[in-house]
Amino acid sequence: MSWLSLIFGEKKPTASVAKERLQLIIAHERASLSGPDFLPDLQRDLVAVISKYFPVNPDDIKVGLEKQGNYEVLEVNIVLPEGR
Amino acid sequence: MATIITVTSGKGGVGKTTTSASIATGLAMRGYKTAVIDFDVGLRNLDLIMGCERRVVYDFVNVIQGDANLHQALIKDKNTENLFVLPASQTRDKDALTEEGVEKVLKELEHQGFDYIVCDSPAGIEHGAVMALTFADQAIVVTNPEVSSVRDSDRILGIIQSKSRRAIEGREPVKEHLLVTRYSPKRAHEGEMLTYTDIQELLRIPLLGVIPESEAVLHASNQGIPAILQKDTPVADAYLDAIGRFLGEEHPLRFVDYEKPGLIKRLFGGK
Repeated sequence: MSWLSLIFGEKKPTASVAKERLQLIIAHERASLSGPDFLPDLQRDLVAVISKYFPVNPDDIKVGLEKQGNYEVLEVNIVLPEGR
Repeated sequence: MATIITVTSGKGGVGKTTTSASIATGLAMRGYKTAVIDFDVGLRNLDLIMGCERRVVYDFVNVIQGDANLHQALIKDKNTENLFVLPASQTRDKDALTEEGVEKVLKELEHQGFDYIVCDSPAGIEHGAVMALTFADQAIVVTNPEVSSVRDSDRILGIIQSKSRRAIEGREPVKEHLLVTRYSPKRAHEGEMLTYTDIQELLRIPLLGVIPESEAVLHASNQGIPAILQKDTPVADAYLDAIGRFLGEEHPLRFVDYEKPGLIKRLFGGK
């Protein structure tokens, strides 16, 4: 800051920063909220099927949908009980 | 047919109740029979803003629970013809607002010949806020030029698009309007504050109006007179323009451009 702006108390224009931050967060939240909401159901069904064969805990099955570029990746992670 | 207008924002303190009071008053001034309902159970304030706090006998929850009829609970406004206030309950808990109960009251208001029903939503995205927007035909989203308010407005728009009856039943969607309040043209001009066009770009809904930040709003609430009745103030004029636009008229935006005060004004008459 120059000595002039020190004297006249020039303020930093921060609105553009606010706008950029909002553009990012709003786009992100819209994408995550408008995503498919069948994931909890899918997880429940998977638990039901897999428990027929293994004694699994509902928390040991994780289902997630991720966006990678143009693709959506459905990730299912099942932790089988130890000692089998 | 009564049109149900929900005034909402997500964030608190942005001017929902001020706006509800002014929009309802403005519609009544145009000759439409209008009711304004406070959905903020437990934290009612619309009665104070409308200046009828000492005339509250029965409230919204009393009507829902059948302890009073609508006629007993509706308070006739003393400033404006055609205008009635239905206050929120101050004591009961929020769950007293059932979907069936709210629907029943709205139907009855329609039956009594009301043209517009303005629903003043509580802040947040909990039960009361959802009840206020469930039956909306139109929504006025009140937003301040500030990051948290804009984000919360976007969130509440998502909720309108998923939880309103119109959305659930696949009817024509709720008509959304953006109302920017507490706007400072000077700060926006100097790049310190989001401009109304920034906000509109972010939220992507039509702009109903821009209400300037003003001392008149506090004067209005101090006296219990809606801001739209503070004659010849920029706030009142901006609300009157917004009412006109809501009714389909065209009014250019006012009070949004910053004019640099001249030397004389700065020396003698500047605020």
